[in-house]
This record gives sequence, C-alpha cells and structure tokens, in this order.
Amino acid sequence: MKKEILYTLKSPYRDDMRIAGYKFGKGDKAACIVGAIRGNEIQQLYTCSQLIKTLTKLEYMGAISKNREILVIPCVNPHSMNIGKRFWTMDNTDINRMFPGDINGETTQRIANGVFEKVKGYEYGIQFASFYMPGDFIPHIRMMETGYQSPSLANLFGLQYVLTRKPKPFDTTTLNYNWQLWDTNAFSLYTNATDQIDEVSAKHAVVAVLRFLTRMGVIKYNSHGGYIASVLQEEDLLSVKTTTGGIYRRLKNPGDGVERGDVLGEIIHPYEGEVVEQVISPTDGIIFFAHTSPLVMEDVVVYKIIRRLHE
Amino acid sequence: MVEAVVTIGLAVDEKMIIKKNRIQPAILKGNEKRICVVTGIHGDELQGQYVCYELTKKLNENIEFLNGIVDIYPALNPLGIDSVHRGMPTFDLDMNRIFPGSESGSMAEHVAAKIIEDIDGADMCIDLHSSNIFLREIPQVRVSEHIAEKLLPYAKLLNTDFIWVHAEKTVLESTLTYNLNNRKVPTLLVEMGVGMRITKEYGDQLVKGIFNLMKEMNIWKGEVLPIKEPIVSGEKEVEFVNAKASGIFMPSVDHLDYIRNGECIGEILNPLTGEIEEKVIAPCDGMIFTLREYPVVYEGSLIARVLGGVR
Repeated sequence: MKKEILYTLKSPYRDDMRIAGYKFGKGDKAACIVGAIRGNEIQQLYTCSQLIKTLTKLEYMGAISKNREILVIPCVNPHSMNIGKRFWTMDNTDINRMFPGDINGETTQRIANGVFEKVKGYEYGIQFASFYMPGDFIPHIRMMETGYQSPSLANLFGLQYVLTRKPKPFDTTTLNYNWQLWDTNAFSLYTNATDQIDEVSAKHAVVAVLRFLTRMGVIKYNSHGGYIASVLQEEDLLSVKTTTGGIYRRLKNPGDGVERGDVLGEIIHPYEGEVVEQVISPTDGIIFFAHTSPLVMEDVVVYKIIRRLHE
Repeated sequence: MVEAVVTIGLAVDEKMIIKKNRIQPAILKGNEKRICVVTGIHGDELQGQYVCYELTKKLNENIEFLNGIVDIYPALNPLGIDSVHRGMPTFDLDMNRIFPGSESGSMAEHVAAKIIEDIDGADMCIDLHSSNIFLREIPQVRVSEHIAEKLLPYAKLLNTDFIWVHAEKTVLESTLTYNLNNRKVPTLLVEMGVGMRITKEYGDQLVKGIFNLMKEMNIWKGEVLPIKEPIVSGEKEVEFVNAKASGIFMPSVDHLDYIRNGECIGEILNPLTGEIEEKVIAPCDGMIFTLREYPVVYEGSLIARVLGGVR
C-alpha cells in the first residue's frame, strides 16, 4: 500500500485540504474506488476505510494480481466533513456536480479536475454514493444510461439489484457520468446509510467490491458468490407520495415485500396525535427506497416500489 | 389579484404557498398579451424583490395605461428567501437545476412542474436574478447563443448595461429560462447586483426597461423614458479571472471600469503575514462586468469577468 496526496488546496484560514489516495499493486490502472465526496457521507468514508484495511491485508498476502493497480480515495472533501457540511465549505457547491472539472475554474471545479485527472483512465470506477433525496435504499449498483453502461458487469458485484437511470441534465456533471464518457466502466454503489454508520451494510459493500475485483481478475479473494441481480430501470419504480404533511411513522423498510392495499406508513397530526393519513401501497412489490425523516411534507416521495416483484 | 400558483402542506401547521399577483385591465378583450416577471428562485438573491414592488406599484397607480396581463411572481422559493437560504431548504439540488420538473419526482420537482405549467403560454417572461453573495454584477441580460437571434431584440429593450450572449452548457438545460424558451415562451434572464443586498439604482433602471419592453409589446400604452444602449458581447470574448492564491481580495477597480491588459484588478492579501499573496492582473483590455464582492477567496474563486478578449 502506498499513500499519496493526490490534490492539495491551500485554505486562507485552515490547514491545507489534502485529498489522499491509497494505491495497491502496480501496473495497469485496473480499478479506482472513491468514497465520500460530500461532507456528510460518513458511511461512504467508513466503507472505504474498511476496504483500505482489507486491501492492505490482501496485498501483504500477495493477493493483488500482477500488473494491476487499485486506487482508493476515501474522502474528496475533508474540509466539509470536518465542519459538518454536506457541500463545499465556502459557497455550498457540490463537488459531485462539477465533474470533469476545470483546472482554471472555480474552487470546486478545480478540486473536481484535480481528482478527475487522477481517477480517469482506470478500467473500472466505483463510487460509494448518496442520493439527492434523503432516505434509505436497498443496497444496489446504480448506473447512468450513457450508452456506455454495462449492466452485465454491474451484476458481478453480487448485489440483489442493478438500477439504471436515464441521465437528467444535472446528472451530466457527476463523477459516474464523466467516468463513463472517459471510457471507464463506472458504478455507483449505494448502501442503506449516509450520515450514520451501518456496519452490516458497510461490510456488504466491501465484500461486493472485493467480489467484483476478484471476478475481473484484479485481486484474489474468496467470498460467497452473492446474488444474480435483478436489473431495474428507474422509471419502472413506482413512487408513492404523501398528500399531507405531519409527523411520519414509517411502517415498512427497504427490502420488505408489500401487497396492494398494505399500509406503508402513517402521517400523524403534529399537535393532536391522530393519524391523518395512511400511506397505502398502490401495488404488489418490494420496497426499494424509503423516506427516513420523522417529519414529512405534502407531496414527498416516501417510497419507491419495485412493481410486481416478490421476495 | 393575488393567486396561489402551488401550495404544499408542510409538516407542522404551515403551508408553503408560491404566489403571483396578476395585474390586468378592468375589462379584458380576450386577446391581451401576457408577460410574467419571476424572481426569488434562489433565496439569497433579493434584487427582484424591489423590482416586483416598484413594478406592481407603478402598474396599480397607472392601471388605465395597461393593455395586457402582467403576472408577477416575487418568490418562487419562499422558504429559501425567508431563511436566507439559496436553495430550497431540505432539498439537495439547486432549484434552478430541476426544470421542467416532474409530477412523480420529489416535492421540489413537482413545484417546478407547477411553475412551468402556470407560466406556459405567456408572450414573454423575465427571470430576475442577483448573482450570489460572492460576486457583484452590472445589470445584464444573459442569452444562450442558440436562441440569441430571437431574444436579442427584446433584451435590448430592457435598459441594461450589457447583454452577454454565451454558449449553452448541458447542465443549464435544466434551468427555468431554458425550459420556458424551449416551450416557445421568450424568456430573458437578468442578472444584477449582489446576493443578500438590493441596489436601488439597478432596480429602478430595470423597471424602466420592463415598461419599455411592455410598451413595445403593446402591453403598456403609457409614456416610457429613454433607455440605454447596451453593450452586446459577440465580437469580444468574456475572460474569467480566478484567484491563484487564497486570502483576502481587495479590489483596485470599480464595476463597469475599462481596464488595460496587465493592469491590476486588485490584490489578494495575507492578514497573518502582512504579505501580498497575489496581484490580480487583467488578462485583456476590456470592461469589468463582474467583480468579487465577498473578500475571502480560495484558489480558484472568481474575481472578475472582463469583456474584451479576442474570439
């Protein structure tokens, strides 16, 4: 294992911001794994730290394949993480909306450029990501439909689901999208936590990455074979929305099977305690995404359901 | 006549209501043209608040000269304005990056769809912005290259100092302006002033321009005052000046100043050591139309935009 400082940004009042990378093996750029890009992606940071710990052991045991190099970047944004901010400390911009970056651009464009110059050119790119809507997912691999995506490769992580998404304009500046445009097979791996650490989910994510790297001949690691994934398209997920606001009582979790008519959640009057709305499942299926906050507004997507799929 | 464009129930005994004020002649013939003036999509941009006030006041005082329908939307992001928050509180994405919105998406995407639906069919829309807290802008209209031919005649009527015709980036396809233009509602994006502040003279300048535009469109039949001839980018390139060092920026030029290539725009100072970290130098002869307002800068922070580069 070799630790390198990939990018340094001088701050006017704080310590320099250093983006560190950990390299394993030598030779062709085989795989790059990126952890937290936002300052609240604690689970993503933790997962990377566990991956680095495991890869260090594997390298010691000679389990990195010959002429294959792996780069892991646990945190792209330590400055925001250290002050509890999700986005950039000064102007609140999102580094994951700045790729491929600009060496002469604004600060976060420069950070994105500095990182992208180091992460491009790898055969496989894996990002531990978080979603723009707050909530929990079934662990899955997410890919943009750029025309370069490969769901069959995504299947090799052994997770239950692979989800493809038609990119919206705001997606075109993410790391995942730009990796694909620069000929890297890019995958975003979602676990079911962001701000908090979920040990079990982090472990599954680490094993999924190791399984994938083994199957691609990058490392040698024996693990359970995992699942043959169901490949979903985002537009096939059915959104269930609230029709009123209040205190939210979630009754189902990601992965739960539901039937049409099941009560998925309740909205409680914030002062009087009565249930003012029941969130009813409009379909049979499996919960893919579930809202987490204890408060909810009207017209919020509280569940996304994989239709007509059974446990 | 104040109307609700969209209403969303919040969690605890409150509704978020996006309102518009429709001002129209007492008797309608049925063939009146409609202009929409929208602002407040970014909660920290306040210049449009004064413009809306002045416009409404003048129209109400001179209603006999009104020949068409004027819809004024002072606050597309009321929660943001009220909480000094650029984005929509509780939502990750910039509200001006989610248009045209979606009925099945997040609450914010639903709101975006309702806003578009309400404005759709208008004969003109003006989307008022005031930069952010970091940069001050001279009154200007920004027009995408692909639609410049159609919009420039209208933009020249608005009494701004400058019209910036710029190349379109993919990510900007999700702005309100882009989507309205795409729906054949000619929409002009105005930038002026600085975030969290109101510059009265800029507001008065634009109100004069809006009446002039309405006169040309036969929405207003009262008197109008002479307007400025704006500088139009086109022959000249816009050069960006970004900080090469972190520190405190002190300008040595003013807005709208003409500057020579190699002259000093300002200095970036180090308050700890008393040293000058960087003398910021003009990259070309030209006019400064954007100038750094917030003194603390990182490497990469935008200091100025200068119109004058060679294409």
